[in-house]
Amino acid sequence: MANPNGIGAPVRRREDARFLTGRGSYTDDINRPNQTFAYMLRSPHAHADIISIDTADALVSPGVRHVFTGADMAADGVNSLPCGWLIHNKDGTPMKEPPHYPIARDRARYVGDIVAVVVAESREQAKDAAELIVVDYAERPAVASIRAALDGTAELVHDDVPGNVCYDWHLGDKAATDAAFARAAHVATIDLVNNRLVPNAMEPRAAIGEYDPANGEHTLTTTSQNPHVIRLLMGAFVLGIPEHKLRVVAPDVGGGFGSKIFHYGEEAIVTWAAKKVGRPVKWTAERGESFLSDAHGRDHISHAELAMDADGNFLGLRVKTDANMGAYLSTFSTSIPTYLYATLLAGQYKTPAIYAEVTAVFTNTAPVDAYRGAGRPEACFLIERLVDIAAQKLGMDPTALRRRNFIPKEAMPYLTPVALQYDTGDFAKNLDMALPMVDYAGFAARRAESAARGKLRGIGFATYIEACGIAPSNIAGALGARAGLYESAEVRFHPTGSVSVFTGSHSHGQGHETTFAQLVADRFGIPIENVDIIHGDTAKIPFGMGTYGSRSLAVGGSALVKAMDKVERKARKIAAHLMEAAETDIEVKDGRFTVAGTDKGVTIGDIALAAYVPHNFPLDELEPGLDEQAFYDPKNFTYPNGCHICEVEIDPDTGVTKILNFTAVDDFGRVINPLIVEGQVHGGIVQGIGQALYENCVYDEETGQLLTGSYMDYCMPRADDVPSFTVAYHEDAPCTHNPLGVKGCGEAGTIGAAAAVINAVVNALSDYGITHIDMPATPEKVWRVIHAHKPAMAAE
Amino acid sequence: MASTVTLTVNGTTVTREVEERTLLVHFLRDILHLTGTHIGCDTSQCGACTVHVDGRSVKSCTMLAVQADGSTVTTIEGLAAPDGTLHPMQAAFREHHGLQCGFCTPGMVMSAVDLVRANPTPSETEIREGLEGNICRCTGYHNIVKAVMAGAEAMNGGTLKAAAE
Ligand code: FES
Ligand code: FES
Repeated sequence: MANPNGIGAPVRRREDARFLTGRGSYTDDINRPNQTFAYMLRSPHAHADIISIDTADALVSPGVRHVFTGADMAADGVNSLPCGWLIHNKDGTPMKEPPHYPIARDRARYVGDIVAVVVAESREQAKDAAELIVVDYAERPAVASIRAALDGTAELVHDDVPGNVCYDWHLGDKAATDAAFARAAHVATIDLVNNRLVPNAMEPRAAIGEYDPANGEHTLTTTSQNPHVIRLLMGAFVLGIPEHKLRVVAPDVGGGFGSKIFHYGEEAIVTWAAKKVGRPVKWTAERGESFLSDAHGRDHISHAELAMDADGNFLGLRVKTDANMGAYLSTFSTSIPTYLYATLLAGQYKTPAIYAEVTAVFTNTAPVDAYRGAGRPEACFLIERLVDIAAQKLGMDPTALRRRNFIPKEAMPYLTPVALQYDTGDFAKNLDMALPMVDYAGFAARRAESAARGKLRGIGFATYIEACGIAPSNIAGALGARAGLYESAEVRFHPTGSVSVFTGSHSHGQGHETTFAQLVADRFGIPIENVDIIHGDTAKIPFGMGTYGSRSLAVGGSALVKAMDKVERKARKIAAHLMEAAETDIEVKDGRFTVAGTDKGVTIGDIALAAYVPHNFPLDELEPGLDEQAFYDPKNFTYPNGCHICEVEIDPDTGVTKILNFTAVDDFGRVINPLIVEGQVHGGIVQGIGQALYENCVYDEETGQLLTGSYMDYCMPRADDVPSFTVAYHEDAPCTHNPLGVKGCGEAGTIGAAAAVINAVVNALSDYGITHIDMPATPEKVWRVIHAHKPAMAAE
Repeated sequence: MASTVTLTVNGTTVTREVEERTLLVHFLRDILHLTGTHIGCDTSQCGACTVHVDGRSVKSCTMLAVQADGSTVTTIEGLAAPDGTLHPMQAAFREHHGLQCGFCTPGMVMSAVDLVRANPTPSETEIREGLEGNICRCTGYHNIVKAVMAGAEAMNGGTLKAAAE
């Protein structure tokens, strides 16, 4: 390796120095001179008309400066929070898009909907005063679940949305799929629930609004994964602030997992209120508020069928999914169960005909949107469960059935029946690598050994593929996306050769400050210490789309490569001038520019100095300076894929599932920093395990109250709930359409893990005739399933 | 109601007026501006607020500032040596990539240091059980466990084991 901190090196993270010493700067750590504090009064009812709001007592409470209601925002012409993706119904009509105001105006539609805002001198004073606000509510029946929403007699969440249906969408070839089923020898079916989750980034959301009357500039500091997206949505659509008068800063952000992509009402509230109050306004969520008001994830009910011929070759897949949008459309909510879900239903298999129908419904629950994986875990879970059921039905080994139906690597690039073109992938290789790692051959003996101890052992597989770096913009636009999907980068060499890189990507745990710096150090042969990565501030960075969908390296990294290409092109010209050679004779290696066939050479540092002190410089041909910017719009998604294998042991007396082994073999294309990549996989796996075994967001059917609104009720995976993992990857199938050959690794763990775990649990329980168990497979649920099936077993 | 409290925080003695309902974590963050100690929940479940009070790890959201009157408190800001040399546990977290977003990290490190003080050679199981009160959403705990193992060795005078490459 030319550079010890270059591509492929497990460079220790540079950002850690501040995080480990308490010097991070998260939004709640930031305090502005003369700031005030906002407290959001939230509806205690899932569904209620707001008859009146009496703020008189609150207004005279100590320290209170202002109390705002939806009427105040309406009077100022504040608009609805926009939805970023327009979906069309089967009949071509557009989806229903009811307004979503930052402060509810006439009706509260979920427990946690903001109904008033108190601004006071301290957090405590604002909270105390909020208790004095009297809201007269007229309660309506709550629609708390998908099933309730679709019950023909259900109360309407929005009066102008008949049947509570946001959209009724489909993808694929219905006729071809029906024909496949007509000639099938076997059909495997499944009904499943993809359980609702709360993302739970450990840093609760927070926002600080500021207004400077001297120049009419607004600043929002917020816990966001994509500050420019917030600036565009909030500035242009909600508050009507032109971009040059609105700065959005996302400083250190304590995890996002999707939940900090979206534009939230509180961001608009503090920005708007700061001008009204004439002082900075700060708001920080309490964890209880996070549970109530962060966009939740998943929440699907599906029925699926897989048609096969007599040999187990997949002929067709038919899927019907109902997806919960919650009370309002969060920023990217509508795209998740459609273009990020149904398009992934081919999985790793050459199923020739697929037809998917998706009905999205409104309910009196918190908005639902992207959560790590966003649509792809739901697709993977459905397919991988169905394939296991098919294998069980055919009496085939689950790995053999998968192998029989894998899209072979020779078939790449491969156009699926659900609109994606996979560029590369070697699915058999993933499996070949993984099976010996888990000693699959020895599983039967291990199962027998467990049985001898009265325990149930199971093994489960998930061979997943996902789509990252959503793009290209023009195709996504034709499908309803209301934003671009490119990324930006600027590489600014300073006169003495150090570099500032400005990226539109945002890091909230992913380690960009290290990985991106490795790319620059590698390319220009400079010490990594000479490179700084700057992100998260619209006043500093070029317009960028931020970080979501495992896109940072594939899209943001590619933009950085393009900017470095431009730097190198200019540097080459300068080098030719400095060495009095023809540009065509300049050779570049590790940041050294040499004249072919001579020992003459200059470094990028020499060139930077010449560019900024242009005494000996081709001024008639080139501008001074060495500072280049690039935007990159991908030609296609990238397609990370892999094989995850889980082995569990269940105690039938307690129903407790213990994970004995979890092994992941992934193909992320080229890996820049293996230490960081492995960390992403570990974290992703535990979020998948969490969904499979522990986490569940529950609303009371009757009242729409959130029953799992704290860490006492919502089971987060803890250190003693999970094992250590075995992870490996190969780089034999790099992405073919981006300059780095990278695919993305942020979501893979979560996408594969839930399916692998549940397949293992069902495998362990297979002697009871069980074919499926819904997530989370808690001890109680497993115990009940065992006991419900026990008599059948005893009778055999 | 206001009360006066005197604490020694990271080696400096401070005396402040506080409302009696002020939690230690708010005292540290809002009054002393030691924002390395984080708040991740409102039910004393997450451990992001963990500090040392008189040498023992305490969730500072479960203690009133007035209860800590007269105590010696160490926060993440006070863990490294005065010359900036990282505490072996901090160094181990960096070496083993035991943190991602960094939000749980101060609490995780403070808990880990106390865990090793009580049990100098913890097994993987003991580490996992010992950190049960600290939630991390990013790392999946795998590298945290490795870091605590390595940190324990280094705290016992061994050299810091490098992450396998
Ligand atoms: S903030 Fe103290 S335990 Fe969560
Ligand atoms: S590193 Fe993000 S929560 Fe632990």
